[in-house]
Amino acid sequence: MAASETSNGTALRYAFGNVLSFFILLLIGVLAFSIRLFSVIKYESVIHEFDPYFNYRVTQYLTKNGIYDFWNWFDDRTWYPLGRVIGGTVYPGLTLTAGTLYWILNSLNIPLSVETVCVFTAPIFSAFASWATYLLTKEVKGAGAGLTAAVLLAMVPSYISRSVAGSYDNEAVAIFALIFTFFLYIKTLNTGSLFYATLNAIAYFYMVCSWGGYTFIINLIPMHVLLCIVTGRYSSRLYIAYAPLVVLGTLLASLVPVVGFNAVLTSEHFGSFLVFIIIHVMALVYYIKGILSPKMFKVAVTLVLSIGLVVCCAVIAVLVALVASSPTKGWSGRSLSLLDPTYASKYIPIIASVSEHQPPTWPSYFMDINVLAFLVPAGIIACFSPLSDASSFVVLYIVTSVYFSGVMVRLMLVLAPAACIMSGIALSASFDVFTRSIKFQLPGVKGNSQVDAGYTSSEGVVVQNEVAKTDKNEEALKERPSKKNRKKEKEHLEKPSVKAQVKKRLLVLPFEASIIAILLLILLGAFYVVHSVWAAAEAYSAPSIVLTSYSHDGLHVFDDFREAYSWLSHNTEVDDKVASWWDYGYQTTAMANRTVIVDNNTWNNTHIATVGTAMSSPEKAAWEIFDSLDVKYVLVVFGGLVGYPSDDINKFLWMVRIGGGVFPHIKEPDYLRDGQYRIDSQATPTMLNCLMYKLSYYRFVETDGKAFDRVRRTEIGKKHFKLTHFEEVFTTHHWMVRIYKLKPQKNRIRGKAKKSRSKPSSTTSTKRSETQRKNPWH
Amino acid sequence: MKIGVRLDVVVFTIALLSVPVLSDLILSKVDRRIDLTSQIVRITSTLKVENAGNDLVSEVLLTIPDNQAKNLAYLTATSNEGKGKVKASAVSLPVEVVHPKGMPPALTFYSVSLPKGLGKGETFTLDVLAVFTHALQPFPEEITQANIHLVVFSDTAHYLSPYTVKVQSLIVKLPEARIESYTKIENTKIHGSEIKYGPYENLPPFSYSPIGVHFEANQPFVVAQELIREIEISHWGNVQVTEHYNLVHGGARSKGEFSRLDYQSRRYVGGASAVRSLVAKLPPRAHSVYYRDEIGNISTSNLWSDSKKTELEIEPRYPMFGGWRTAFTIGYGLPLQDFLFQAEGRRYLDFSFGCPMNEVVIDTLIVKVVLPEGSTDISVSVPFPVKQWQETKFSHLDVIGRPVIVLEKTNAVPEHNQHFQVYYKFSSLSMLREPLMLISGFFLLFVAGIIYMHADLAISKSSPSYLAKLQWDEVLAVIQQFQNNINRCLTIHDKLEASLRDLSRTGDVQACKAARKSFDVLLKDLSKDLKPLLAFLQSSPQASQILPKVEELVAKEKDLQEKLMAKHSTVVDGYEKKSGGREIENRIALQQQKITALRQEVDDLLDFIDEI
Repeated sequence: MAASETSNGTALRYAFGNVLSFFILLLIGVLAFSIRLFSVIKYESVIHEFDPYFNYRVTQYLTKNGIYDFWNWFDDRTWYPLGRVIGGTVYPGLTLTAGTLYWILNSLNIPLSVETVCVFTAPIFSAFASWATYLLTKEVKGAGAGLTAAVLLAMVPSYISRSVAGSYDNEAVAIFALIFTFFLYIKTLNTGSLFYATLNAIAYFYMVCSWGGYTFIINLIPMHVLLCIVTGRYSSRLYIAYAPLVVLGTLLASLVPVVGFNAVLTSEHFGSFLVFIIIHVMALVYYIKGILSPKMFKVAVTLVLSIGLVVCCAVIAVLVALVASSPTKGWSGRSLSLLDPTYASKYIPIIASVSEHQPPTWPSYFMDINVLAFLVPAGIIACFSPLSDASSFVVLYIVTSVYFSGVMVRLMLVLAPAACIMSGIALSASFDVFTRSIKFQLPGVKGNSQVDAGYTSSEGVVVQNEVAKTDKNEEALKERPSKKNRKKEKEHLEKPSVKAQVKKRLLVLPFEASIIAILLLILLGAFYVVHSVWAAAEAYSAPSIVLTSYSHDGLHVFDDFREAYSWLSHNTEVDDKVASWWDYGYQTTAMANRTVIVDNNTWNNTHIATVGTAMSSPEKAAWEIFDSLDVKYVLVVFGGLVGYPSDDINKFLWMVRIGGGVFPHIKEPDYLRDGQYRIDSQATPTMLNCLMYKLSYYRFVETDGKAFDRVRRTEIGKKHFKLTHFEEVFTTHHWMVRIYKLKPQKNRIRGKAKKSRSKPSSTTSTKRSETQRKNPWH
Repeated sequence: MKIGVRLDVVVFTIALLSVPVLSDLILSKVDRRIDLTSQIVRITSTLKVENAGNDLVSEVLLTIPDNQAKNLAYLTATSNEGKGKVKASAVSLPVEVVHPKGMPPALTFYSVSLPKGLGKGETFTLDVLAVFTHALQPFPEEITQANIHLVVFSDTAHYLSPYTVKVQSLIVKLPEARIESYTKIENTKIHGSEIKYGPYENLPPFSYSPIGVHFEANQPFVVAQELIREIEISHWGNVQVTEHYNLVHGGARSKGEFSRLDYQSRRYVGGASAVRSLVAKLPPRAHSVYYRDEIGNISTSNLWSDSKKTELEIEPRYPMFGGWRTAFTIGYGLPLQDFLFQAEGRRYLDFSFGCPMNEVVIDTLIVKVVLPEGSTDISVSVPFPVKQWQETKFSHLDVIGRPVIVLEKTNAVPEHNQHFQVYYKFSSLSMLREPLMLISGFFLLFVAGIIYMHADLAISKSSPSYLAKLQWDEVLAVIQQFQNNINRCLTIHDKLEASLRDLSRTGDVQACKAARKSFDVLLKDLSKDLKPLLAFLQSSPQASQILPKVEELVAKEKDLQEKLMAKHSTVVDGYEKKSGGREIENRIALQQQKITALRQEVDDLLDFIDEI
């Protein structure tokens, strides 16, 4: 009787454990959502930075005009006069997601604006991402590790930096899609179920819709498959996990307009096809091995190998020839710069000029993944005891993502989930060892094999997991779908950990040592929490269009960007063209609703170079370039008055570089004095006469009499000058944005014009041809 | 402008010749005062009407030229009967547009109905307030940032009336600033910022003498081209007001450069006429005030509140110069009990109509009152004529939508800030509908979850795979029972061991024996229970794969049990014979080893079965 009671008790407790872990997951979701709301609480519910504004604008268009107009949208507000086909050049996942959310909410009569939906999309999807992490880690190492990893992911600073409320960018949904795709892959690998394989392909499709980073998936999974094959772990489950993904996934991926035929044509995808062939060969080999006697099999192997080698060589030769025939070897610029970190800085200044494409520094690892960096190695070790298909996948994931994060800061984001999974595994494994040794040595519990009432569920599951770990070869049959699975889990749970007790005796640490170790681990976790909260609240929540500073007399708000955009949108003609450096293109089209020349989608280098050239030319030449582009207003960002460091003067060298890359008459050394970039009295005359300098410092000297630039911490070189071809039409409160209007061309007096044209014609003919070459739009 | 006025004069003089005297009324005294201190022109006239004829007269005609009448925003006439300073009854008299025959063109006539007929020789005094918008014309029309803002106002020095005016005078009040020029006719005096015309005596009907004043006006010319006020009533205790402004600076257009430097350092030279800030006077106890535009919050605002009012000072994102536009939204919540009352079984909202900001001209004012869903029997009472229609709005948890009363008024001025009432019927029980909807929604969700968990959603009940699944489920259930059984056995084994330990501690042989006996019974029961389970597994084809393992497990378990019993007996015997602990240890050492090994195997088997 007593026995049955205890077993009932365990059943109840495990059911309770399930409920508890459900609530823990719910709380993790709430945590993931709410830690990202600092930006809304501290600032306001607003879209952040640059790219999110474009996504927001696209979403607005989608919700207003519907999906078909969206696919066919030719945007004439940007890249004037070229325009841009938005539907075919944008990853639509994020937009469609937010559009669907908006549509659902509004059909339920919840009147949220598009902006609100966009602002909160990222936090919602981070909650989803942490749940997906739970699922993935649970597949790899059990529920305890899953919960730990989910908590860690919910507040990993690296991911927070991309998904605070308002940061409405592709990465926000893509990380969820990435983890979920991996989860479904592992799930398929563990179960061998075609159902999950199909889901996996669909999740992959969603990932392709969302982010260019999908190439990471389509390379990582084949790598893992190859690893499995090479280490002799081929199984039919592996085949089911991989083959449908490639076939269905590629078909689905090519439905996305921005990918299209790239899904079969570019080198990023070739690896997956190669592995697809290899896995089929393996399948064939295993099949033949099954039906032939060992002797026959050997003969067959030698026969096939000799023929196969020849065929393979031929195929590879053809492929290499195909790939080599394309100039970039079939790789896109960004992917190439991943393989060769120096590629971008050598050939593509536009990619190199973006700060998030730079390699990270060591502190940024500490900033972005914090203590996880130390836990990862422990996690890797835990993954090797025992090594399963799933855990080898996670190891491969962390290794590759560490490499990629080392190439580009931006890809730290891909590393973060892997680091969380690894650390989750490490933490839960070590907690498991320590609590077990404590429990075993506690006097009261010694005789009793049953776990105590104070035993929390996650630990219980960890023990469970420990048991599972010891049986190396049986994970295969471990999971079965849906209800059966649930039922089975229940019975799974009813088994008291009798056996674990035997094992426990083997791995017991001294009582005091384990207590201290647990305390230290908790301390480590606390440090991580404190750091993450700090990062979420202070480092990553600023929307960057509103700046604040604290001084002795309280909070100062610098809302100059929106002031300028608002002015543009209300006080200029709706068809006026505004020229600015490309950083502000998305914001101008979204907030001011004016046509821009270049924007953050840096697809046309020549066009950007033209603007760069205009900014680095003297006033008259610049006026000509802008006039030929129909520009009416020129917008520059100037931080010299209040000390805003990321202004156009600091970005100016990139304009010179990019401009000079296309129009060789702009030479970088002309703007540098002895290799130094300076704007004080030592600056070169070219620098002091270029348009950017003039527009930034026009009448600046009258503010304090000295013209002291607070960003460069120096007095400027040329203080008093007049503008001849531009006039100031608006400057914001803190002078951070200055807008100039192109003066209309002066009426030519016929006689005068004739004279000037006829007289010096011989002398200036060369000069004029030069100016024509300078200006590509003439 | 001036030319236009002169043309009118020509028209009037022609008309004068042909028009007969309308009735026998004469105006014995007219005092006019034109207030030009803000962009809204207010003309207050005090008319003393005298009936010189024999007939009873019950209405007085007022005349306004068409070019002014199109700017007329507000016209009201009040009787000024009471003697002295005590105005006994400031009753406003009904005013309506009339088109009397035989009158000169380009004039608009308004008829004021007198409270009682005016007999022969009787007099009546009435005050007429006429408010005009867009009556001040900027001149020059375009100015630079440094220029001063000058405007022109033109009117007539003689009171334009279809009646003979005996004595009249006119005072033009200007802002305290410089006067560029003004028309001088006879009897013109200037007193600081006041220009006085008159008195003029015995002027015939339709006398007209154009005057113009050109003066500096630095007060903001804030014109709301469109203002949409949305007042949403929630019977949970809140009135939410949202006001969408579309402002333009209606003064002289700005031309040339805008220099922030000049604007900031030389405040009164560089942009004296710019709109820097606006003050909205909100009702007291306003809460959750926000001020934003389509691209986000605007941080330049201040809020003061006391028990009488709430003042919201807002600055637009940028200073507004002539012709510049901006758009923004302010919103606030108000306590319901301050504005919602009940009368005769109906509820009514009593709310002010106009814009809460001072001296703002509103070209189009749209007031929307959103009533709770399920309101019926709706009627509106507004003290002046408005265009009115009804819409439906869907918001949180609405099914049929909320009725929205829309009132539209063009050319609204602060004088329209009067209270209007919306009457409707709404039962308090309807308030509970939406929470109940939510509760039932969640309830249904959970019920659906429960049903899903318990329902069998297989499409075909006879397909082999379904049957196989059913069988497999059965097998699983049996295996589960089987496992429970084995586990219980194992627990009993543990307890046996524990009793041995107790024995070694206390030396109580009897207790140990008793325990042994009870355990024996339990174990027997368990093995009895085990038999049908095993039989089922043997019969079931689905279980064929795991059967060997299961059987092995049973065998091992039995073995283990026997060994354990043997050990137990040995130990108990040892104690009974009072042999030394060491001896017993030695005796059972071999058994103990076997037991441990067996236990290990059993555990492994259990794990394996568990993995299924």
